[in-house]
Amino acid sequence: MSDALVQVSDVHKVYTRGAERVDVLKGLELEVGRGEFLALMGPSGSGKTTLLNLIGGLDKPTSGRVAVAGRDLTRASPRELAHWRARHVGFVFQFYNLLPVLTAARNIELPLLLTGLSRAERQKHVAAALELVGLADRAGHYPMQLSGGQEQRVGIARAIVNDPTLLLCDEPTGDLDRQTAGEILDLIAELNRRYEKTVIMVTHDPLAAERARRVLHMDKGMLVEAQAA
Amino acid sequence: MRWLAQTVAISSVNVMSLGQRLGSSSVAVVGFAGVVAVFVAVLSIAEGFQRVMARGVSPDTALVLRAGSDTEMSSGLDLEHTRIIKDAPGVMRGSDGPVASAELFVIVDVPKRATGTDANVPLRGVEPAAFAVRKAVKIVEGRPFREGQNEVIAGRAAAREFAGLEVGNHLRWGDNVWEVVGLFSAGDSVYESEIWTDARVAQPAYRRTGFQSVYARLESPDAFQRFKDALTSDPRLDVEVKREDEYYEAQSQVLRTLVRTLGNVVALLMAVGATFGALNTMYSAVAARGREIATLRALGFQAGPVLVSVMAESLLLALLGGSIGGGVAYLVANGYQTATMNFQTFSQVAFQLAVTPRLLVGGVAYALAMGICGGIFPAIRAVRAPIAMGLREV
Repeated sequence: MSDALVQVSDVHKVYTRGAERVDVLKGLELEVGRGEFLALMGPSGSGKTTLLNLIGGLDKPTSGRVAVAGRDLTRASPRELAHWRARHVGFVFQFYNLLPVLTAARNIELPLLLTGLSRAERQKHVAAALELVGLADRAGHYPMQLSGGQEQRVGIARAIVNDPTLLLCDEPTGDLDRQTAGEILDLIAELNRRYEKTVIMVTHDPLAAERARRVLHMDKGMLVEAQAA
Repeated sequence: MRWLAQTVAISSVNVMSLGQRLGSSSVAVVGFAGVVAVFVAVLSIAEGFQRVMARGVSPDTALVLRAGSDTEMSSGLDLEHTRIIKDAPGVMRGSDGPVASAELFVIVDVPKRATGTDANVPLRGVEPAAFAVRKAVKIVEGRPFREGQNEVIAGRAAAREFAGLEVGNHLRWGDNVWEVVGLFSAGDSVYESEIWTDARVAQPAYRRTGFQSVYARLESPDAFQRFKDALTSDPRLDVEVKREDEYYEAQSQVLRTLVRTLGNVVALLMAVGATFGALNTMYSAVAARGREIATLRALGFQAGPVLVSVMAESLLLALLGGSIGGGVAYLVANGYQTATMNFQTFSQVAFQLAVTPRLLVGGVAYALAMGICGGIFPAIRAVRAPIAMGLREV
């Protein structure tokens, strides 16, 4: 796949707890194309989130290579990785990970503080992101004043406000009811279709995975099945 | 610039979330405040003592003692020698002759008002010129003592600190009865802790034939060297010549050193406890905000600003505690009247505790040092924690 945005080659990830050695990823190979919507499924402990963290530059493999848009993340320093994440990756978390003391707008603005944008430009971007997720009237609300679905929309707005290439979603609907989950998945799917974001989503939920264009199953640190959605 | 923006952003989040950790933050603030209050209050003793010893003394006044004497207590000068000293070049001359006073310095027992126990109070026998030598001395109640009479005047601070020094009272010291006829001020100086009488009366009362010191007002501060050279090169004399201000500065040295050492040791011991309190608070803060910190780092915030923000929170608590502690010390200690032994003369000096701006700044700086010690390890832990793990914290 020459057009691959994400290339994972022979990646191993080993954790050691005292004398115990846990092989979380075992020689994993994966390519994700530009503009893809990939769902990663599998039981707990299968290595899905670990793989997502490696692709997002939050962690490094024990061996092997992870490259995004041609950049080898395994060779980057923590400082370079932080800089890279700020520019190219948007994260959506299961529990939203919003800062409770900041309003929705201020939460969304956080990634923009890492850019050279002026305050006025940042506010413009924040307003656009809030509009996109349908929360233009909730800018001044604090997370505790929002429903779970609204909090996740704020989380998604924060993930896309920097216009990243890659959107990494870790169980984005895991804490939501069925209807709200459907709305959030609609939003993510729209970001993929309309705005051509490459989405990699970890999920336990088969209904969520159905929204993806490709679904991969993991078990015991390896990809065990691949199917086109 | 972006680094700064990151630091400000994370620090402001930390500060805004302080309310959620009010309990543990308050413990740290109280710890810092306690240390600084004690530190400042103890050192205000040394400051107050130094201040009283430095007030009302002048570089244009010289003090002459017997060679080898550090204090008036251990000095002794013959009448003849005091005349040679008064006539030396550099001494200011008035209409009544040289502005110089040969003086006696003895100790009398006077009970402290606070405890009722006897304390050593200096009784200074002076000549009439003593009032011209020390320009700050003024009678504030009653009248001056008359020559040749068993009359005394008491310094304002002595009368405040010790019992029985009210005007009109009669006091028995040794075989003599003395009447208090007046109170004097002396610009809040050490002289206000003394009782003065006529030197010619004090001499027979204390079986002295000579004196212990000569205080001489000089024509100018620059005349000191001329005066000193004349006396030290005179073969008839064997004397020490000091400036009045330098003499009293040296007099306060022992007590200042003692109090400062004590204050620093006490504050250091307390600081160990307070620093552990701060460590505990900051470790709790970092643990409570583990997921927030991990989220910020996942978004691309650098480790440096995270570290600085944790330090900033610790320093803010320290600043708050230090300010409260300094404020409490100021309210409680500043201006508090007390008296203590001057170890160089074994006599009491009355003074007010002084919480100076320098002490307050020192106290806050001390708190900030504790804040740095209490914040640095939690801050390092915050930035070393794996991001992926932090994101999963509940």
